[in-house]
Amino acid sequence: MAGQVFAYIVHKNGVADDTAMELLAAAAKIDAGVPVTAVVTGAGAELDGVCNTLTASYPEVWKIDNPALAYPNAEIIRKALVNILPAGAIVLLSYDTFGMDLGPGLSIKLDSAYVADAVDFEGVDGSRLKVVRQEYSGMVSTHVLCDLSKGAVLTCRPGSFQPVDNTAAAGKVVDKSPDAGDLTVKRRYIQVVEAEKGDVDITKSDVLVSVGRGIEDQENIELAEDLAQSMGAVVSCSRPIVDAKWLEKARQVGTSGQTVKPKVYLALGISGSFQHLGGIKGAPFIVAVNKNPKAPIFQVADVGIVEDILEFIPELAEKIKGSK
Amino acid sequence: MEILVCVKRVPDAAENEIEVNRDGSDIERDDLVYSVNEWDNYAVEEAIRIRDKVGGSVTVVTVGDEDAEEVLRREMAMGADNGILLSDAAFAGADGRGIAAILKAAVEKGKYDLVFTGALADDGAGQVGGMLAALVDWPYASVVNSIEILDDSKIKVGREIEGGNHEINEIDLPCVLSIQTGINEPRYVGIRGIRKVASVEIPVYGAADLGLSAEAVGARVSRSDYFVPVLGAGAEILEGSMEEKIDKLIELLKAKGGLK
Ligand SMILES: Cc1cc2nc3c(=O)[nH]c(=O)nc-3n(C[C@H](O)[C@H](O)[C@H](O)COP(=O)(O)OP(=O)(O)OC[C@H]3O[C@@H](n4cnc5c(N)ncnc54)[C@H](O)[C@@H]3O)c2cc1C
Ligand SMILES: Nc1ncnc2c1ncn2[C@@H]1O[C@H](COP(=O)(O)O)[C@@H](O)[C@H]1O
Repeated sequence: MAGQVFAYIVHKNGVADDTAMELLAAAAKIDAGVPVTAVVTGAGAELDGVCNTLTASYPEVWKIDNPALAYPNAEIIRKALVNILPAGAIVLLSYDTFGMDLGPGLSIKLDSAYVADAVDFEGVDGSRLKVVRQEYSGMVSTHVLCDLSKGAVLTCRPGSFQPVDNTAAAGKVVDKSPDAGDLTVKRRYIQVVEAEKGDVDITKSDVLVSVGRGIEDQENIELAEDLAQSMGAVVSCSRPIVDAKWLEKARQVGTSGQTVKPKVYLALGISGSFQHLGGIKGAPFIVAVNKNPKAPIFQVADVGIVEDILEFIPELAEKIKGSK
Repeated sequence: MEILVCVKRVPDAAENEIEVNRDGSDIERDDLVYSVNEWDNYAVEEAIRIRDKVGGSVTVVTVGDEDAEEVLRREMAMGADNGILLSDAAFAGADGRGIAAILKAAVEKGKYDLVFTGALADDGAGQVGGMLAALVDWPYASVVNSIEILDDSKIKVGREIEGGNHEINEIDLPCVLSIQTGINEPRYVGIRGIRKVASVEIPVYGAADLGLSAEAVGARVSRSDYFVPVLGAGAEILEGSMEEKIDKLIELLKAKGGLK
């Protein structure tokens, strides 16, 4: 196979992201025996802590230490990476809002190929890597062939690669800071603004009645509220419901919303995009109601019901009220 | 501000069941209803609002076949001033990088302060904006959910990051931004609005007009097939009448602690 393989590791408060081990697993799916080099950027003691931890799993950890990298500004990191990575490098990133920010531009500057949101790799044939992706929010899957001859930037969907448990790498940290070059850019980080707190905390509820775009109309939100009340549950939702301002942001489940850990999760008219599912942790009992029998949510739910939620929700609520 | 918004014509996932065709070479295209990529409507709305506030113009551009013209007209009915269609047999099969290279040529034909794309399209890549920015060497921010124009040379943007938090950045102009849903509420476009722009001339540029070689749009990434994945157990689907399903569900909910 072509180039050397790198995994760019995201970290926060001195701790490497869970995806650090997933990227290692992803690399092994490209080429089982390939040594993978971790690349970590940041500043000071926090960075050193992350690098040291990573040496347990990665044979080599390249660090770029610079005060300008204290906050992960993708524009600055891209410049640094372009200066330190060899030609033909295969770079793995996690497909999250940071990976979306960094990956596409990095591939252009490295003059390499780019594949976004890989959910699996099925090996290399000649110079072509076979990648599994999804389109239309998971309604269909595709195989994509990626030409590796000039290197590639590949972003991997979080949670898709079973993390490997390697703690015997006894790797070494290599300081690449001097090679990072000029890091001035035209985008300056100012601050992080924390999400607003809502009037309910959906993360504290054991039972969530969650509605998606299938609820169709603002007026129908009432149906869900009524059902939730009958069950002693709380109403949460998918992103389009918040975008439409039918419910407040604090009710949104997903990667760009809340991470919830209920015992029971009712997904009503939700298709099951990975950004939505990414906010559901702790393996709850998931019930999906959707009028489309092929909706991807049925692949992850424990129980599925193919019905029109606008008919189903009120009938269910009536029955529950009646049984009390 | 001179603003260019890149828009894509996509199958409308809310109106269609997307399925793999018989030989797995494509999705089933018969009877598909197409529309503007959801994210692109937010981008166009944001551009219109900025123009209405600080002046300037909004141009919408798409790479596609002649059918793609309808999405330009729709966005012009929303309020965009101009449309540009980039169309050529040589563009078929272009990967994200190829689309970005074609759009780059269009960016360089104009004099724009801001270029918007959607954060994501139907193929779930979220790549064209970042590639375009790197190709023209302008700064970039992705998943943008707020924009404040500071002056002629810089703007303040909010980016969405994990957990519902936002990251605020200052960016020099010109720049490229990928726009996230929820940044605004896109206005409604009625049939009358579309009729009004039905006869507006929309220029079409091909590879030669844009000075693009086959090499510039050549794909390094290509789809080999579509398939339906074979998955694990999946959900236990409850069968029977509505009533029977509800009874069964209530039983299950009771057992799992879902009813209080
Ligand atoms: C950076 C980024 C972050 C994101 N973060 C999040 C996030 O945190 N949370 C989130 O949810 N999304 C998030 N998204 C959006 C995500 O990609 C999807 O677009 C979204 O989750 C889809 O929501 P949905 O399932 O409600 O809508 P759709 O995908 O439109 O699905 C609606 C479903 O309802 C069904 N349906 C329609 N009518 C009925 C009916 N009458 N009865 C029964 N079923 C019906 C349909 O069959 C369909 O399956 C993010 C996207 C990006 C790019
Ligand atoms: N064929 C196209 N023509 C114009 N813009 C496009 C095209 N494909 C993608 N884009 C832009 O890039 C954004 C992200 O698409 P993608 O990178 O394909 O997920 C879209 O929202 C559009 O703004």
